[in-house]
Amino acid sequence: MTLLRHLAVAIVVAVVLALISIQIGSYRDYQMAEVAAYVVAVAGLTLLIGLSGQISVGNGAFMAVGGYGGALLMIHLNWPLELVLLASVVIAAVAGAIFGIAAARLRGPYLAGATLMLAVALPTLADQYAGVFGGDQGLSVSINTPAFLGATFPPTRWLAWVTCAAALIALVLLANLGRSRIGRSWRAVRDDEVAASLAGLNVARLQILAFVVSAACAGLGGTLLAVVSGIVAPGAYTLTLSIGLLTAAVVGGLGSLAGAVWGSLVLVLVPSYLTNVAASHGLSGAASSSVPIAAYGVVLIIVMLVFPAGIQGGLRRLFGPAAPAAAVPINVLRRRRPASEHQKEGTT
Amino acid sequence: MRTPHRSVLAAVAGVAVVALMAAGCGSSGSGSSASGSKSALTASAPGITASTITIGSHQPLTGVAAPGYDEIAPASNAYFQYVNAHGGIYGRKIVYKFLNDQYDPTITSTVVHQLVLQDNVYAIFDGLGTPTHLAVVKYLNSSKVPDVFVASGCECWNDPSTYPDTFGWQIDYVREGKILGAYIKQHFPGKKVGYFYQDDEFGQDGVKGLNYEIPKSQVVAAESYNPTVTNVAPQVTALKAAGAQVVVSFSVPAFTALLRLNSLKLNFSPQLVVSDVGSDPITLAGLLESFAKQGGATVSGNALTQGIITDGYLPSLGETSNSWIKLMTMIHSKYLSKYPMDGNVAYGIAVGYTFVQAMLKAGRNPTRQDLINAINGGLPQGVSVAPYAYSSSDHNGITGAYMAVIKNGALSPIGPVQVTDTSPTGAITTYTGGQPTAPASGIPSP
Repeated sequence: MTLLRHLAVAIVVAVVLALISIQIGSYRDYQMAEVAAYVVAVAGLTLLIGLSGQISVGNGAFMAVGGYGGALLMIHLNWPLELVLLASVVIAAVAGAIFGIAAARLRGPYLAGATLMLAVALPTLADQYAGVFGGDQGLSVSINTPAFLGATFPPTRWLAWVTCAAALIALVLLANLGRSRIGRSWRAVRDDEVAASLAGLNVARLQILAFVVSAACAGLGGTLLAVVSGIVAPGAYTLTLSIGLLTAAVVGGLGSLAGAVWGSLVLVLVPSYLTNVAASHGLSGAASSSVPIAAYGVVLIIVMLVFPAGIQGGLRRLFGPAAPAAAVPINVLRRRRPASEHQKEGTT
Repeated sequence: MRTPHRSVLAAVAGVAVVALMAAGCGSSGSGSSASGSKSALTASAPGITASTITIGSHQPLTGVAAPGYDEIAPASNAYFQYVNAHGGIYGRKIVYKFLNDQYDPTITSTVVHQLVLQDNVYAIFDGLGTPTHLAVVKYLNSSKVPDVFVASGCECWNDPSTYPDTFGWQIDYVREGKILGAYIKQHFPGKKVGYFYQDDEFGQDGVKGLNYEIPKSQVVAAESYNPTVTNVAPQVTALKAAGAQVVVSFSVPAFTALLRLNSLKLNFSPQLVVSDVGSDPITLAGLLESFAKQGGATVSGNALTQGIITDGYLPSLGETSNSWIKLMTMIHSKYLSKYPMDGNVAYGIAVGYTFVQAMLKAGRNPTRQDLINAINGGLPQGVSVAPYAYSSSDHNGITGAYMAVIKNGALSPIGPVQVTDTSPTGAITTYTGGQPTAPASGIPSP
């Protein structure tokens, strides 16, 4: 039943997005595609942190795994896009499983440290094996707009359709997963590992599974982003990207898929809007390129001050039913404390 | 939320265009008796209105490649301001929008999409960098956006059948490598030569040109660097260990400086031969001093650049009586005095001049294809010491350069202008054509 409801919502959203994409200009379509690519990656991360209670500062690296994997399949084997997207999910999932097995032994800041290492180290492989990965210059990827749409169909609209479709499918699957037995088990593990384990749940396996799911999403997001920007290069997958994903998940509202959408919108639109504002006020050179970064930081601080549970949490508080049910407070990142403190955290 | 904002903007823009067109009609009405053949200015292509030509670019305004190169686009813009103040291009003013890509190919892709799709530019002009521009060259050509005078000497821009809308400008790295290589072969016979180059098409093209001229037996080491990794000590150690007596560097200025400082630290003092792109004396001296300061040392930038051999394809800044240098100095002092008058400023003004040449040739109401056709038809030699290669089958720019040495922080020519081609066996010959003097107005004649 849940599946049907989610599907129905997705179809309605798909129609609305298609209509929007026709109304807005080419550049907005391009940004829509960018947002959709980020949504997939952020959704995986928000599930990992919000539901299973693990943290990753390295999901940008899994995006790189997916992006490079997809690019290599497109360039060398000429696989069609839908197969490439599926394959990138599998490739990143395998990478996530390998890393997740190691990560399941780590907690809190140690897990964050390990994933941080991944984010820093992995992109440099592209330079180490420049023959395969194209070094700093990267590999260029491009997709063609299908002929049946006609020669005048804007290529960016097709990009927006492809990425939004992929993002919606991913979101439907994630939404179901979150409400399934696995999702409930993740929450149990998040809230109290000992209790979950006593209840017969295999904590390590559940945590690895959460890592695999989040890596798979990052992989898909990475390939989508590669298709959108037309290139995979190490410069795209720096630590900044991983932190950006984390920021988007937190700002949107941890554990909430709608929050992932809000977070991705902030991630893409705020810097671009601020760059335009800076440029139109005649700031030149280094000044106009630094202002957006600073202003972006200010925006993040304000959002967190006003909506400590993220944008989605704030919206729920403003418009929704009384209890902020789904949005998880940021302190899931901490190791669980005894139940008495729990109570306090839950009510604030 | 943005829609009303945009529609207000559109309305304002619409009113402005109508007003300008009315004004334009008024003036052309009164002027038509003087020159009857002049047609009204129309919005003949994306980015062209009756009163403006909007062009865009991606530039490293911050990041590893920013030192020095961040002056180029403002310098081009200064020349455009000069042209705008003196009648513009057939009356249209040039609006130049350059965005920061931090020398990161992924950001290049984003900003170029923004320029083409949102800002609706007529052309991408002087997009800077080999790895960065490679990320967008396919997109620009499939969208039929003129991609003129890329600020990189990669041979990759010369591929008219695949990239009909892309043109190089500065001397390509293969030609430059050949000219530098021939000099080394002649003046350092039998000496051990080491290469230091950026590990992408920029460095690889340069090495290709060098290898066409320098005997293989003379080359004892070839070390590459990655522009995101600022530790080049391993490469410099390897060059020293190989006993290199001459080190040829195809590097951006920051890495030329790092090479020099690391050599100093290792007490390694080979003769440095540096590609034009990485050898501007003023930029280098500044970088050397600031890098040394970060490391807690004090050096004299000019002392460390003394004796570096390089090449130049624009008149040397030291020739103060040269008409082009006079023009550049005038524009610099009028519009750009916050920057030093260095090679990067000269570059920006020179490439801006070339763009104006091409736009004037493209006609009063040009389409995008008109600009491509104009350049394919060849451009007269102007600001560069050697002629352009432009034709429908050759999209390389400047075809020659002179050898020079850095003396007291300035470039001093040590040889005649030499021209060559990009083939392995093509001869290097002395160019006797000279250089035309700059137009008195400072603006090329159509």
